[in-house]
Amino acid sequence: MIEIGLGHYLTLGAVIFSIGVIGIFLNRKNIIVILMSIELILLAVNINLVAFSIFLGDLAGQVFTLFILTVAAAEAAIGLAIIVVYFRNSGTIRVEEIDKLKG
Amino acid sequence: MIAHAIFFYTFSIIAVVSAIMVTASKNTVHSVFFLILDFISISCLFIMIGAEFLGMIMLIVYVGAVAVLFLFVVMMLNVAQQKNQWFTAKDSSKHIPIGLVISTLIFVEIIIVIGGWKYKPDLFDVNNSLSQTSVSNTHSLGQILYTDYIHVFQISGMILLVAMIGAIVLTFRQRSGVKRQSYIKQISRERAEGVEVLKVQSNKGVKIDD
Repeated sequence: MIEIGLGHYLTLGAVIFSIGVIGIFLNRKNIIVILMSIELILLAVNINLVAFSIFLGDLAGQVFTLFILTVAAAEAAIGLAIIVVYFRNSGTIRVEEIDKLKG
Repeated sequence: MIAHAIFFYTFSIIAVVSAIMVTASKNTVHSVFFLILDFISISCLFIMIGAEFLGMIMLIVYVGAVAVLFLFVVMMLNVAQQKNQWFTAKDSSKHIPIGLVISTLIFVEIIIVIGGWKYKPDLFDVNNSLSQTSVSNTHSLGQILYTDYIHVFQISGMILLVAMIGAIVLTFRQRSGVKRQSYIKQISRERAEGVEVLKVQSNKGVKIDD
């Protein structure tokens, strides 16, 4: 418990990843919260990569965390733009009311 | 080593609780606040285990850009109003207490990190090649980022460009009925279509713009 090792960081990443996945499935409010859950999942992946990079002594993990950060920012921008357009067209972004595709 | 454990458990407990609150809280604005708290806790963890550059970049990119973008969209779409009229005048101060609590927590975390920075070598030493070299984390990252990973770096630049163009194209709309200055029209005006010479009869006047 006292000696903090790689396993502690991986456990933290796993917990945050699971919370993100649960947030996607249990969400009944709006799509923005789903996008935030996706951000949480990417954050958990970043934790894993940085922990491995530090504890194994290889900088490649931190470089790839940088790229994941880039992709996450791009994804958030595109996703929010789509949400803004959808809200403008249909007036709602509640999850239950988005059923145009009849899925 | 016990100090490292205290740091780790403090920040990770705050991170996990705020991650739960992101998905569980009723108000979307509160969710964004907790997302910001989560990002700050994780970046404090990164700074404490020795990935300083990534911690700072997480602060700048996630808290400074992404979370503020989320907050902006939430406020602009007025999502919360669909349920409970959160933003009406009576309830408008409802998310101020939570905002105060979260900003106090963030302040405390940053103070902890700044205070612990002096003792960082005793706090956390990994016996590997990363921490024993004399170059800093930022320096060594820069040395491999622009040499070994240059292609991936450029591809990520392309991704950002595509995202920017995509976001602009998606949200751009041409509204009809808005008076706008058209340079082409102004420049390509000819004398023949602009000026007309009339013979005005006396006591009749000229009728314009029929």
